[in-house]
Amino acid sequence: MTLFDNYWIHFAIFVIIILTFVMGMVMGFIYIERRGLGRFQIRLGPNRVGPFGVLQPVADAIKVLIKEDIIPAKGDKWVFWLAPVVAFVPVLMIFAVVPFQSGALLADLNIGILYVVAVSSLAAVGVFMAGWSSNNKYSLIGAMRDVAQLLSYEIPLVLSIVGVVLIAGSLSMTKIVEAQSIPFILLQPLGFLIFFVGALAEINRTPFDLVEADSEIVAGFHIEYSGMKFAMFYLVEYCEALAMSAIITTLFLGGWKGPLLPPFLWFLIKVVGVFFLFFWIRSTIPRLRIDQVMAFAWKCLLPLALLNLLITAIQVLVLGEALPWVIVPVNLAIMAVLVVLWSKFFKLGGGRVAV
Amino acid sequence: MAIKTEPFVINIGPQHPSTHGVFRMRTTLDGEVVVDMEPVFGYLHRGIEKLAEGRTYTQNIPFTDRLDYLASMSNNLAYVLAVEKLAGVPVPQRAEYLRVIMAELQRIASHLIGVGAFLNDCGAFMTPILYMIREREKILDLFEMVCGQRLTYNYMRVGGVSQDIPEEFLPALAKFVKVMPGFIDEYDQLLAENEIVLARAKGVGILPKELAINISASGPVLRASGVQWDIRKADPYSVYDRFEFDIPTGSVGDCYDRYRVRIQEMRQSVRIIKQAMEQLPSGEVLTEVPLRLRPPEGEAYGHIEAPKGELGFYLVSDNSETPYRFHIRASCLINLTALCDMMIGWKVADAIITFGSIDICMGEVDR
Repeated sequence: MTLFDNYWIHFAIFVIIILTFVMGMVMGFIYIERRGLGRFQIRLGPNRVGPFGVLQPVADAIKVLIKEDIIPAKGDKWVFWLAPVVAFVPVLMIFAVVPFQSGALLADLNIGILYVVAVSSLAAVGVFMAGWSSNNKYSLIGAMRDVAQLLSYEIPLVLSIVGVVLIAGSLSMTKIVEAQSIPFILLQPLGFLIFFVGALAEINRTPFDLVEADSEIVAGFHIEYSGMKFAMFYLVEYCEALAMSAIITTLFLGGWKGPLLPPFLWFLIKVVGVFFLFFWIRSTIPRLRIDQVMAFAWKCLLPLALLNLLITAIQVLVLGEALPWVIVPVNLAIMAVLVVLWSKFFKLGGGRVAV
Repeated sequence: MAIKTEPFVINIGPQHPSTHGVFRMRTTLDGEVVVDMEPVFGYLHRGIEKLAEGRTYTQNIPFTDRLDYLASMSNNLAYVLAVEKLAGVPVPQRAEYLRVIMAELQRIASHLIGVGAFLNDCGAFMTPILYMIREREKILDLFEMVCGQRLTYNYMRVGGVSQDIPEEFLPALAKFVKVMPGFIDEYDQLLAENEIVLARAKGVGILPKELAINISASGPVLRASGVQWDIRKADPYSVYDRFEFDIPTGSVGDCYDRYRVRIQEMRQSVRIIKQAMEQLPSGEVLTEVPLRLRPPEGEAYGHIEAPKGELGFYLVSDNSETPYRFHIRASCLINLTALCDMMIGWKVADAIITFGSIDICMGEVDR
């Protein structure tokens, strides 16, 4: 295995693997989501291109490639051009530290999860650039919403990660997976819930899809985009979903671990499972309003995340890093109590402003 | 340093996913908050009122189909009622019952789209409306059986209905009436207590009782504000005085109440259809009326409780083949007049759902 030990060869191989994996999975996700939504909405979904419509994403890709590329006359041309790239690159960069199976990752950073948090927030810059440079009021509202939402949800998101890091005792993604003899979703049920909701908001999915709220601001930040630039944003959306699924899998679902099947397959199954949850939610519930979204982050998720962190810290301090099975029902009970209590406290509604 | 901000004007519509047609809201926003709103309509104006003055009374029936195209049967009914009043044409009993059945089916179909579109505006990604379209499809199939059309029916005639129902209609209707309450329960299970629907719609876009009466709102919009006013009870037309049904009302007049009133009205409609099916007499369905009807000089106002509110036709005859004046009291347009008062101070998202909860059809607003 001297070949793989070479830094550059390892790098080259994994770049290719990641690109193939991401593109392949995004195609798969688009197909799964469209067919799945069809089933949820008692219709068929795309079923004409190829057997069962599997080639629909390919047909879509060809379609957007040959579409006219329109740049708004009064838009900021350079920023407009740059925005999809700026949005796309950080999302792709997340996969550098996602372990597909033991040792199979581009760079086993010892601060892996910190890197993920840092890089994933960068996509907001691209979105804001797009919203600003389009010179369109709808897109500007969308971009403003995106920045506000992302900044707010980053905090509970990171705090819920800290709980995981406390138990695992490491920031490295590989170490976190290896520490999960019990999947962290059981040890950290509340943390998982907060992370999941935060992830939904971070990737702008229902009920937090205010950024592109089609019934209010039409398409939000990418309203003026067409052709391949639009496809880039579409790609970003699904890459983010894929990245978040992969991170949730790694942090809470035990990564590649699982019986019988090969580790990589387990990883895939879990990723698709999480993504299935994403679009199940999308097809089921309506959208929140912007002030409710913000209130939910600051008044509901943040205190819960802090409490979760406190409880985890106490448990780790008292019981040591290897938490036993006994703690699982305790934590589940704590989660149930806290969530129910908080939902009694916290009511959304109202919101009229005197003008 | 304080950042200088200023309100900006944004045109919501005429091409916008949730303006239900070509309606434009010239909205002034302060950030996300609606400061001012000016409705602009007329993009779909076809001059139906003027066109109708050049055509005979029978020729005008298809025009009424194209007013509120989601409730063509109701429009037909309101128009023929006005003409019958004007010309004094008797209507056979069987036709009266058929008209009631059709009008109530139409109410369910229209409310399904109204509620579905409202939830779509709330941001539910197409799922509720597609479930509701499933049931609407069944109603459209029933309509197709009786008149061969699925959108613009042209079924009612002056003096009755164009043709009797086919044999397979009543069993199909019985089946529909049997399953429909179950479907309404299904919507309630999914949506009535949905935390996000509550958070979004409760207390939002309130239309106070006094204002609702002052703008002469009608239909579910008025009833949601707590006014028990339904023309089927207040001024019974056709054979509505023979059926038992309740008038559901709301309490606050917010978007949620309007949504609830529509759901409950569907249940009442099913009740009425059931009774009408039981009482349905046999016999003729159409009184012979001269094709070129010349009503005596005079005027008449025929109004019904259409799905979206009071729909009235005011006709003036000068004893010629064509109406001298043909005026439509369009409930959608009148319900819209309070829109600005309802949405000022709320966020853009609330403005959209408030507009959606009024449930308008641009075909009737602009006519």
